[in-house]
Amino acid sequence: MNESVVSATTPRPAWLLPIWSLAQREIVRFLRQRSRLIGAIGQPLIFWILFGAGLHGTFQLQGASANDVSFQEYFLPGVAIMIVLFTSIFASISVIQDRHEGFLQGVLVSPVPRSSIVLGKVLGGTLLALVQSALFLVLAPVLQLVGLAPAIQLNLTLAGAAGALLFLTLVAIGLNSLGYLFAWKIDSVQGYHGIMSVVLLPMWLMSGAFFPGDQSPWLHVIMRVNPLTYGVAGLRQCVSSNPSVVGDLPSIPLCLAVLFLFSLICLAADVWLTRRDQGV
Amino acid sequence: MSAAIVVSSVSHRYGERLALNDVSFDVAQGEIFGLLGPNGGGKSTLLKILSTLLPLQTGNIQFAGFNLASQADAIRHTLAVTFQHPSLDIKLTVGENLRHQGHLYGLSGQVLSTRIQKVMSQLNIADRERDYAETLSGGLKRRVEIAKCLLHNPAILLLDEPSTGLDPGARNDLWNVLAEVRQEENVTLLVTTHLMEEADRCDRLGILDHGQLIALGTPSEIRSTVGGNSITIDPLDMQQLASELQRLNIVFRQVGGEIRIEDVQSTSELTRIIDTYSQHFRSITLGKPSLEDAFIKLTGRRISEDTTDE
Repeated sequence: MNESVVSATTPRPAWLLPIWSLAQREIVRFLRQRSRLIGAIGQPLIFWILFGAGLHGTFQLQGASANDVSFQEYFLPGVAIMIVLFTSIFASISVIQDRHEGFLQGVLVSPVPRSSIVLGKVLGGTLLALVQSALFLVLAPVLQLVGLAPAIQLNLTLAGAAGALLFLTLVAIGLNSLGYLFAWKIDSVQGYHGIMSVVLLPMWLMSGAFFPGDQSPWLHVIMRVNPLTYGVAGLRQCVSSNPSVVGDLPSIPLCLAVLFLFSLICLAADVWLTRRDQGV
Repeated sequence: MSAAIVVSSVSHRYGERLALNDVSFDVAQGEIFGLLGPNGGGKSTLLKILSTLLPLQTGNIQFAGFNLASQADAIRHTLAVTFQHPSLDIKLTVGENLRHQGHLYGLSGQVLSTRIQKVMSQLNIADRERDYAETLSGGLKRRVEIAKCLLHNPAILLLDEPSTGLDPGARNDLWNVLAEVRQEENVTLLVTTHLMEEADRCDRLGILDHGQLIALGTPSEIRSTVGGNSITIDPLDMQQLASELQRLNIVFRQVGGEIRIEDVQSTSELTRIIDTYSQHFRSITLGKPSLEDAFIKLTGRRISEDTTDE
C-alpha cells in the first residue's frame, strides 16, 4: 500500500469533540460525588471565617493603619485561589485514578490527538475551579450581613468582575496543567499527596495569598519568582477597591503575562510528556 | 486470505530482561487467534506493543497494511482493545460510557446514537443503558467493554485475558458473543489467555513461553504433537509408585504431583497398572491429548496451577 492510499483511507481524528467530551466527564463525575461538592465550597468558607476570627486584631498590613484592613479582607482573594488550587489537585489526582481504573488506557489506544487528552483534563478542572471560586467570591461578602465577616471594600464594577474571572481562569489553567505534569509521572495517590504538601501548598502559602511576606528578604525573592504570586496579585487588584490592600503589587499586565507564559509552558510540557511515554 | 496482522521478529527488553525473543506470526483476516502462555510468558508485553501502548523496540508489525512504528494513528482507527482491567468509567452509566467512547473516535449525533443502539443490542445490554457501570457484574462489564470497542467498526479486536474474573458460565457467554461478533462484523480477533478451554476455541494458536513462540498452529495440530492418548495418575505416594513403574520399564514424567504416561498405544498398559497398583493411587484417567499435554511436552511444566480447578 502506498502513502497516498493510506492517508486517503485514514479518517482525520476529531480534536475539539474529545476535548469537550473528556471535560464533560470530569464535571459529571464531580457532581455525582456529593462529598466533594460539599467540601469544595464549605471548607474554604470555614477557613476564611475561622482565620478571620482567629487573627482578628493581630493582623496589620505594612503601611496601613491598624484598622484599615481586616485579615478577612486581605485573605479573600487568597481563599479564592486556594479553591482553584484544591480543585486542580483533585482534578489531576483523577489522572492517577484513571490510570489505575483502566479508563486512561482506553483513551490512549484511541486515535485521539494527545493534545486533546491534556486539554480535556485541564478544561474540566478549570471549569470546576472557576465556578467554585467565583461562587465563593459572590457568597463570602454576603456573610457581612450575618456578622461572620467584617466590612470589605469590594470593587463592584463590570471590569473588576471580568478581570477577576480572567485571573481565576488563567490560574486554574496553570495549576491544572502543573498538576497534570506531576500526576502523569506519579503512580499513586499517596505519592501525589507528597507533592501536594511540599510543592503545591507551599506555592500557595508563598504567593501572598495568606500573608504579605514582604518583611523577610528571602521570602520576598521566592514570592517574586512564584507564578502564583501574580495570580493572587492580579485577582486582588480586580476584586478590591481598598488602596491599602492593593498597595504596590505587580502591575496587571505583568501578572497577565506571567500567568499566560506559565500556563503555556505547563500545557506544552503535558502534551510532550503524554506523547512521549503514553504506555508507562 | 490476506493477513490482518503480521508480526515479524519482534523482541522487547525491560532493562536486562528479555520479555519477547524474536517472535513472528501472522493472523489471517477474520480469524480468532489465541496467544496462550503462562503469566509472565510475554503475552501482555506483546499485546501492549500491538495496542500501541508500548513502543516497538525491534522487529516489524503490520496491521492491515499499516506499519505500527510509523503509522500508529492510522492503526488506532482500525484497532480496538479490551484490557484485562475493564476501561469503563464506573461512575458513569453504560450509555454515557458508550457516548464518550464514540466521541473519542469522532462519532457524534445521530450516527453515534444509531451505533450505540446497534452494539447494545448485539451484546444484549440494551436494558442496561441507564445503569451505572459500578453496579454491573463482571460478565456484564466485559460485554459493555466489548460494545465500547465495536462502536467504531474496528477491523481488529485485541482482547487481553478477556475472561479474567468471570465464572465459567459468563466465560462461555463471552465466547459465544465473540464468535457472533466475528461472524457479523468480520472482525479479526487476537486473544491472550492462560486457559486451555479458551485456547481450544481459537482458530489458531501461538504458545508463548519465556518470551519465545514455542508452538504455532491450530489447536488440533498442536495437540497432535503429543502423539496418542495419555494416562494421568494421582498417586497416594509418589515416591513408591514412581519406583514401581520404573521397575516395569514404563516411561513417565512427574508433573505437579501427578504421574503422566504419554503416547499410550493400547489399553493394556492401563489395565496392567490398575490391576497391579490399585492400592497406590487415588485416581487414574486415560485421556486424549489436550493443549495442556502439549504445553507440558514442550516445557515440562503445567501452564499454571489455577487451570486445574476448571
